[in-house]
Amino acid sequence: MNTDLVVDTKGLACPMPIVKAKKALDSLQSGQVMEVLSTDKGSVNDFQAWVKQTKHELVKHEEEQGVYKFYVRKA
Amino acid sequence: MEQKKKTTIVLFSGDYDKAMAAFIIAGGAAAYDHDVTIFATFWGLNTLRKEEAVRTSKGLLEKMFGWMMPRGANKLGLSRMQMLGMGPKMIKHVIKKHNAMTLPQLIELSQDMGVKLVACTMTMDLLGLQKEELMDGIELGGVAAYLGDASDGNVNLFI
Repeated sequence: MNTDLVVDTKGLACPMPIVKAKKALDSLQSGQVMEVLSTDKGSVNDFQAWVKQTKHELVKHEEEQGVYKFYVRKA
Repeated sequence: MEQKKKTTIVLFSGDYDKAMAAFIIAGGAAAYDHDVTIFATFWGLNTLRKEEAVRTSKGLLEKMFGWMMPRGANKLGLSRMQMLGMGPKMIKHVIKKHNAMTLPQLIELSQDMGVKLVACTMTMDLLGLQKEELMDGIELGGVAAYLGDASDGNVNLFI
């Protein structure tokens, strides 16, 4: 999947994954996609809720060897 | 344009752990694009105190309060397991181990994300704290300032 920006929050604890994602998203244009990497086990719930409330789109998310990947398209 | 949502937190507690919870929620709410206000009152004011001693002119009682209360976020005690100061050391150790953020870091992050910090002037007077003793960038206000924000708040917490 093509992404415009990769945000690596691996190893960081709550609330940093969401905070970093928010800061990164602010730098993108509408329609662009960022990929967020996280190792926080709570981040699946966190990102689903955050994307829904902030009206962006969680294109997909996956987990690979303990690393969660979230693809978020900016509204 | 859609009106931004609002989160307000009354930080009454001067416990390290409770203040951590307050500032984590504040940072999270800022990431949700909320306007966030933390209204610090009573012991919560010590969270916003400068670490260094500040020269002020005040009465003996106020000075004594100043000596007895922790000077700044890093000096706060825990709400549980204080253990004569061992508890905070242990918590700071596990915070580092798990790559979480310390309270001073969380406060800095909140300020960086535009969280509005308001100190309650009435309790500042009671505890003998002056504006110069608090961190820079803090607004002063009273109950009306808090209610002004909380009235159209979507999330209002008392910690």
